Amino acid sequence: MPETTLERVTRVIAATQHFSPEKASTITGESTFQELGIDSLDGINVVFALENEFDISVPDDAAKSMRGVRDIVSGIDVLLTAKAEPAG
Amino acid sequence: MNRRVAVTGAGVICASGNNRDAFWRSIARGENAVTPLQGFDGLRFSHGARLRGYQPLDHFTEKELDLLDPFAQFALIAAREAVKDSSVVWTNELRERSGVITGSCLGGKLTEDDAFRELYAEKKTRFHPMIIPRTMANAAASLIGMELGLTGASFTFSTACSSANHALAHAFAMVRYGQLDLAIAGGSEAPFTLGHLKVWEGMRVVAPDTCRPFSRDRKGLILAEGAAMLVLEPLDAAEVRGSTVYAEIIGAGMTADAHHITQPSAEGAARAMRLALQDAQIAPQQIGYINAHGTGTPANDATETQAIRMLFKDHADKLAVSSTKSMHGHALGAAGALEAAATVLALHHGVLPPTANYTTPDPECDLDVIPNAGRRAEIGYALSNSFAFGGLNAVLAFRRH
Repeated sequence: MPETTLERVTRVIAATQHFSPEKASTITGESTFQELGIDSLDGINVVFALENEFDISVPDDAAKSMRGVRDIVSGIDVLLTAKAEPAG
Repeated sequence: MNRRVAVTGAGVICASGNNRDAFWRSIARGENAVTPLQGFDGLRFSHGARLRGYQPLDHFTEKELDLLDPFAQFALIAAREAVKDSSVVWTNELRERSGVITGSCLGGKLTEDDAFRELYAEKKTRFHPMIIPRTMANAAASLIGMELGLTGASFTFSTACSSANHALAHAFAMVRYGQLDLAIAGGSEAPFTLGHLKVWEGMRVVAPDTCRPFSRDRKGLILAEGAAMLVLEPLDAAEVRGSTVYAEIIGAGMTADAHHITQPSAEGAARAMRLALQDAQIAPQQIGYINAHGTGTPANDATETQAIRMLFKDHADKLAVSSTKSMHGHALGAAGALEAAATVLALHHGVLPPTANYTTPDPECDLDVIPNAGRRAEIGYALSNSFAFGGLNAVLAFRRH
């Protein structure tokens, strides 16, 4: 089974924030940045790491509006879908 | 208000030692800490003064390191040691009246060089969001202030090789005149990246293998990394607390050559020393030791000798002068801080550190340069010189306590 978007996001957040395995295991699809102790500066670090992970470019507005894991996963799915569509 | 200002804490990390005591033992013994450079090929010089056995994770978490260029790491380590050494007791009131005043010539050059290589050579299109806060020259001052919760006036000087002396001079003035009740002041530098070494090579002032200040066969400076921070506070406060006082800082003299962007001027250097003596209200004859700028370049050492003779006249033959850069290298924006630490420790311990690697007298540098071996001497007053590229000079005066 390939990793789901959520699993990849979880892995990237944990690595970027240097979470312990215990702390990483608390990340769920409903976790907010606030709950995870991710401030706005940490947030742009996470977005940078996600851009590399998924090879996407996250617009500034989208980067600033992310408040938690759910926003990230849905935003990434939109960007991945757009990328997959043939240009025309 | 005109208060006496004491140096009550010192923190050092550099090639000569990863803490104050190791640094002092090493330079008092005259040990050359310059070593062959590893990992840099294709340079005309082969040596540098690098930290030994330094492990960032001994001092910082991985998360903290995301935000810390090495120049900021060194500054934080030195500041922590200095503050601990001073045994300062923090109150909310004191935190509001305390500031951090740092010097750095380069700021986060290693981080910047990495990023630019990724852009130009690797054609990367995305850059880590922390590059800006890592590279800014005031990162060290800000991060030290954040760690200790200090909310008084804080800033960073960047005047090439005089950066730390300008920082210390300003910190001294602010404590002396009551604008701060405590300052953590000094400098830090991390210059070892290929891009930066190559541009130094282009200037043709780096010695091929070792630094021999004032010696006839000197061939230039040796680049160094590291940091030193001093705690400055009113002497009264230090005495009430019973803190160790390494020395008093009693004067600062600053001038600009307005002459040449890289060639030193004896007049500018001599005027800076004279102003430091005037500021300290002492006579030239009272100075027993000068920690020289002493880079080991042909131009600096001859010009500095000329400046010392110009100001001190006959007394130039009675005072001792050494370049500790011969041992810890030239740490650019941290140089003045390492040398201020060396000077206050020399006054405190009654030992003058030598000029290492000295082989041959030079008639153009005919001073007592304490060649190769440290010397016991109870000195009352000392100067520490910094003369930067760009002709910006800063000299500090200290008194034994």
